[in-house]
Amino acid sequence: MVRLVGVDLPPNKRVAVGLTYIYGIGQSLSRVILEKTGISPDRKIKDLNDSEVVALRDEIKNYAVEGDLRKDISLAIKRLMDIGTYRGSRHRKGLPARGQRTKTNARTKRGKRKTVGLGKRKEEEKI
Amino acid sequence: MGRSLKKGPYVDEKLLRKLQKMSQAGEKKIIKTWARSSTVIPDMIGYTFAVHNGKKHMPIYITENMVGHKLGEFAHTRLFRGHSAPTDKTTTLT
Repeated sequence: MVRLVGVDLPPNKRVAVGLTYIYGIGQSLSRVILEKTGISPDRKIKDLNDSEVVALRDEIKNYAVEGDLRKDISLAIKRLMDIGTYRGSRHRKGLPARGQRTKTNARTKRGKRKTVGLGKRKEEEKI
Repeated sequence: MGRSLKKGPYVDEKLLRKLQKMSQAGEKKIIKTWARSSTVIPDMIGYTFAVHNGKKHMPIYITENMVGHKLGEFAHTRLFRGHSAPTDKTTTLT
């Protein structure tokens, strides 16, 4: 079992894919890291030896990943909110911040559909 | 995104001139401006700008964090007062 920056990597996948299980490492950064450490991207995670794992660990230290990255992002958002920008206010309202339409769509940001505007229906009166 | 670095940040020329004049005179007055697309540059820290939002000038005090943003980002142009309250028409079942 290989464990990097607090994430267990899937043993049966290629290294290039396995590294993307770490938050902040996508396909392209994964490829860059493997090139720098000289590990073939086609090797499986379970086949890595200890020195290779250490090399990976050292290389990943150069990038903001997992908790650090999450913290960076939330601080950046907090900064936008604190200085009173329009983007900050969009974050506060949980709406898209880059000018997308909100009449329809924007479901990723707004979450599951819920009806707004309709008050309590007067069902009891009808029955 | 992405203005050429060669040109540097866009700052409204008139605004820049006013700013220089004020810093030379060593005074700090509120500058009324319509230049919402102007970038906030480090020289502006500590000054207050009255940025037009389409209706009136909103006073914006510039702090260090705001450098790099545009003036317009701080003067909101829309006022959302919430959705209309439910009426009989919308709540009655037909």
